[in-house]
Amino acid sequence: MSYRNDFLKEVEENVEEGEWVKMCMQCGVCAGSCPFGPHWEHSPQKIFMMIRAGERIQVLSSDSMWMCTSCYNCIVRCPRKLPITHIMHGLANYAHRLGLAPKGQPTRVFAKTFWDNLVKTGRVNELKLTLSHYFRDGFIQGIRNALAMKDIGLGMMKARRINPMELFGGHGLQDLEGFHAIVAKAREIEDRKKGLKNG
Amino acid sequence: MMSEMKTAAYLCSGCGLGDKLDMASLSKVAQKAGKMAIVREHPFLCSEEGVKLIHDEIEKESVTHAVIAACSRRSKTEAFSFPETALSRVNLREGVIWVVAEGHEEIRQEMAEDYVRMGCAEVKKMKLPRGNPESGKEKNILVVGGGLSGLTSALEAAETGYKVVLVEKETRLGGWASKIWKRVPFSSPYNDPQNTGILELISKVSAHKNIEIHVNSAILETSGAPGKFVVRIGKAEGTETEVKIGAIIQATGFSSYDISKLPELGGGLPHVVDQAGLEQLAIKAEGKPIAREDGKPIRSVAFVQCAGQRDESHLPYCSGHCCATSIKQAMYFKDAHPEVDTVIIYTDLRTPGMGEDFYRSAQEKGVIFTKGKVSSVENAGEGCRLKFRDLILDEESTIEADLVVLATGQVPNSGVNIELPEERNQVSVLNLSYRQGKDMPQLKYGFMDSHFICFPYETRRTGIYAAGPVRRPMDMLQATEDATGAALKAIQAVENASLGRAAHPRSGDLSFPTVRLEGCTQCKRCTVECPFGAIDEDEKRFPLFNESRCRRCGTCMGACPVRVISFENYSIDTVGSQIKAVDMPDEFSEKPRILILACENDAYPALDMAGMKNRCYSAFARIIPVRCLGSVNTIWITDALNSGYDGVMMMGCKHGDNYQCHFVKGSELANYRMGKMDDTLKQLGLETERVTTVEVAITDHEKVAAFINDYAETIRIIGMSPMKGFG
Amino acid sequence: MAKKSYAFYPGCSSQLKASASNYLVSVNSMCRILDVQLTQIPDWNCCGASIAYAEGGELPRHAINARNFALAEKHLPGQDIVATCAACWLGARESKERLDVSSALMRETNEALAAGGLHYKAEVNIRHMVEVLIEDFGYEELKKPVVKPLENMKFAGYVGCQTNRPFGIDGESFENPKYLDKMVETLGGEPIGQYDQKVTCCGGALAFSEPEKSQKQIREIVESAYDHGADMIVTPCPLCQANVEIYQSEINKKQGTKFSMPVLYYSQLMTVAYGGSAKDAGLDGHVIPPRKLIDAASKK
Ligand code: SF4
Ligand code: SF4
Ligand code: SF4
Repeated sequence: MSYRNDFLKEVEENVEEGEWVKMCMQCGVCAGSCPFGPHWEHSPQKIFMMIRAGERIQVLSSDSMWMCTSCYNCIVRCPRKLPITHIMHGLANYAHRLGLAPKGQPTRVFAKTFWDNLVKTGRVNELKLTLSHYFRDGFIQGIRNALAMKDIGLGMMKARRINPMELFGGHGLQDLEGFHAIVAKAREIEDRKKGLKNG
Repeated sequence: MMSEMKTAAYLCSGCGLGDKLDMASLSKVAQKAGKMAIVREHPFLCSEEGVKLIHDEIEKESVTHAVIAACSRRSKTEAFSFPETALSRVNLREGVIWVVAEGHEEIRQEMAEDYVRMGCAEVKKMKLPRGNPESGKEKNILVVGGGLSGLTSALEAAETGYKVVLVEKETRLGGWASKIWKRVPFSSPYNDPQNTGILELISKVSAHKNIEIHVNSAILETSGAPGKFVVRIGKAEGTETEVKIGAIIQATGFSSYDISKLPELGGGLPHVVDQAGLEQLAIKAEGKPIAREDGKPIRSVAFVQCAGQRDESHLPYCSGHCCATSIKQAMYFKDAHPEVDTVIIYTDLRTPGMGEDFYRSAQEKGVIFTKGKVSSVENAGEGCRLKFRDLILDEESTIEADLVVLATGQVPNSGVNIELPEERNQVSVLNLSYRQGKDMPQLKYGFMDSHFICFPYETRRTGIYAAGPVRRPMDMLQATEDATGAALKAIQAVENASLGRAAHPRSGDLSFPTVRLEGCTQCKRCTVECPFGAIDEDEKRFPLFNESRCRRCGTCMGACPVRVISFENYSIDTVGSQIKAVDMPDEFSEKPRILILACENDAYPALDMAGMKNRCYSAFARIIPVRCLGSVNTIWITDALNSGYDGVMMMGCKHGDNYQCHFVKGSELANYRMGKMDDTLKQLGLETERVTTVEVAITDHEKVAAFINDYAETIRIIGMSPMKGFG
Repeated sequence: MAKKSYAFYPGCSSQLKASASNYLVSVNSMCRILDVQLTQIPDWNCCGASIAYAEGGELPRHAINARNFALAEKHLPGQDIVATCAACWLGARESKERLDVSSALMRETNEALAAGGLHYKAEVNIRHMVEVLIEDFGYEELKKPVVKPLENMKFAGYVGCQTNRPFGIDGESFENPKYLDKMVETLGGEPIGQYDQKVTCCGGALAFSEPEKSQKQIREIVESAYDHGADMIVTPCPLCQANVEIYQSEINKKQGTKFSMPVLYYSQLMTVAYGGSAKDAGLDGHVIPPRKLIDAASKK
């Protein structure tokens, strides 16, 4: 392990709000405030420590950041006002783009599906999103997943909150072209800035 | 000089006293039992008119001794101030009507009557204090130590107009402050190290017309007392000067803990320094990147916090400043060269005050903070390797650094430990000619004993004040404040001494202890027990009181087995006569009497507060305020038991390491003396519960009432004293 | 009171036939009664919600939000953007605040927007519907239209995360926000006092990807409402509403509980209290029908 600040610098340069990592005072409040706390292998507090300790691979390949539900509990409680939620998101994004994030991590997979779904039409189609999520592990598993949740789907359908017809169209933007151009441009700028290829 | 005693009692029926008490019968008590020559009742005694009544009568009737039966002695002190008259205050308001629950009219009246009897008895035993005839008028202030604290004290006192003699053992003024590159910031913004300002301070002090400086000098002897110390100053060359001094400030600072005692942390290795060592390197670098002693530029540095601190085998305490100091030193590196790796390894980072901002600023500059415990530091390659346990990641780690800085602690330069004078390498600082030893009493770890919680500058040698890290570990800002506070206390001390009055905490008190030497058995208890070293011995080995050193606590009076020590207005008799004045109901009355001797500093105010807050307690209690539990002579207790009291309770301050006793040792001594009480009780054939001691703080108004009530219950259970009617 | 107009940002879940479509129905009814004009931002797009970060990263996320801002500025100048979805509000407001403080980010964002022929001038204000109700109306005003006080109904005010943190409703505490309880009181209902799961996270978007872990959260939220004698849960967030309502059957199946706790939007309560029908209030859109409220709505 190295205590050179290389990884910290890397995080500061490439991770959203990464320049805050050094400001953590290791009080542990975030670790104690997280709803998924028990499921984090390394709490945000520890992740900050690991970054300072240069534990690059352990951090970036960790499942931990993917446990963030975006509840913002840690943010409002951190005595040092670290934007912890955003740093967790930023780390997850960075690890994902580098291809170091755990393969098949469900939230990672879901997030990608979500974004793809979003970009396609400009709005999220909940049914397609759901189905593509269930079918993420292939067709057979997809049937199983969907069956496990079928009561929910049926209930939602009865309550007219899922529309099977959505599969064949649904909402979308009129100026889809403009929207795509904006997203593409933004992605291009960000990649240029962070020296990344589209992961 | 007091030719004839003329007594008078003034009873107030205001504040509801007249409604709740039978005033006529109280007057009668004052007249008959109290034998007061004049007895007056007034509906509003503290009013202008009431006060005038007393004044006029003192004038016209030459009243010498007066009793005021009204509110607590702690209230209306300005209205009821008659400096030419011996005065006893009977507390009928806070002490009776406010604390006796409704429905107990009869025993409430009895309580009030007893208090009137007690007041009348007391006043007749009192004399008007005349002030210390041996007072010294010297007002010069001696400051020992020419570091930041000493210089600050000297300058503050000099600026106030007092002459100062400043003694420094080294050849130059400035102390530690002149051996560091920069200091932790005192003022906003708390982002960067600041200049120490020590050169400016030295030149101000050196140029001050009121300050006389002796460098390269030491104190050969200090004798005398506040207002009249005689101090012999010796120069290293052998010359000697004698100065007359009013008060002394000891600001002798600290030494850095010896790092060679920390071999496991690399103490002694070439690339391991303490914080002082790092300052030397920083001074050499003058703001440019810091290089090692061997000239090699430093690219990585690790700071080890709490090196030999908070560690029972080295220094058990926290020195308070070292976290901020390491932060500052890490900034030296980052400010000169941001690429230098700086890691501070700590177990608990302590940055009080504005240190939190400073800490954050260091983080912004890229200083890395790692919570860990260092186990070893060794030579490795060109530098050192540190092994530590990362306390967050819970794993063993190593890191390499060109230089390691150990944050060692402050060891006070306090001189001889007078309780263990045989201890190693002790060189006295003050060379006091006091019977109790050459230097100041210490509390713990060599730091000076002072009333930590309430009166930090007060030491246990009147007129001698401790300032800076010799008093407790501290940083430069705290030392500056400390030094200023001590200077003010020294000024107060010389002024009080010149008027023959006591210093803290009975500031302004004119009474002082006198001893009837004919009766003295030379047992030496008073000389040993006086917490303030006020009593020496004369050639014939009799106690020799130095009134100016005395704080008027009465501990000597409490100690004296033959009861020959007394104050004019506070003596074995003033209290003893009150104890005896109480009307003692017989064994079958079911009206026990509980004597409560309450420390007037904390317990008595708490009792008054209980009254103000309407916390009721047993009307069987009879409370007598005492100056300090240390002044309680066991004769009072045996007398009380002999005359039929069913229980005696002492209420005083906390004792021990975290004592709150205003006279430092008083409550501890009382506790010690009372420990021997059990035997006496057994001899008398009494239950040990009949004497008890409780600790009370000034804020304990809730507790005091409960203490009394619980004790009354205990007495009810063990039954009435069998001693009634024999006394 | 004069008509109030806002640029409306309904968000994906409120679209027709989406999971919070009944939220939209009730919001429309409520606004009709309060004389609020909501004009949808033309051709609005998704905010990215709390999950876009992983693939979308930073700038694309801000850019898509800024597209909505630019459209609002262009077509509905001067109007505050109002979101009903907690995540939309949060995502949009987060982007706005970042752009406000970083000129570099602002430049890059506009560079991206230019590719779609748009420009963001940083003139918009982003607000949640709850803010509009509390700040532009106030509890007193909101009480006036009440014709059917929600008597004999106890509500657990489940505030959840995203209307509460990190921004929150002005003047509320993060640990114990009171606005939902006050709204319930305003409508004549009874809020349960010490609802200890008031601000607990329901799992958010992770209800999908981490169902087990999220359902543990949901179970606690529902259980505590039962423990305090609530008849219904009320919430300001569509994701909270969906998660807490629809997974109850799953939890019952897996853990043998017998949960059947309706979960409603504040806007549904308001619509009913203001005399709207069950249909106006979107009460037909529930997996767990809110019987008590439906009864109240159908009473004359
Ligand atoms: S915002 Fe994320 S990291 Fe923070 S407490 Fe919530 S789930 Fe945990
Ligand atoms: S709450 Fe903030 S300061 Fe405390 S450990 Fe977490 S991130 Fe660090
Ligand atoms: S014991 Fe107290 S009263 Fe007696 S000499 Fe010492 S300081 Fe004075």
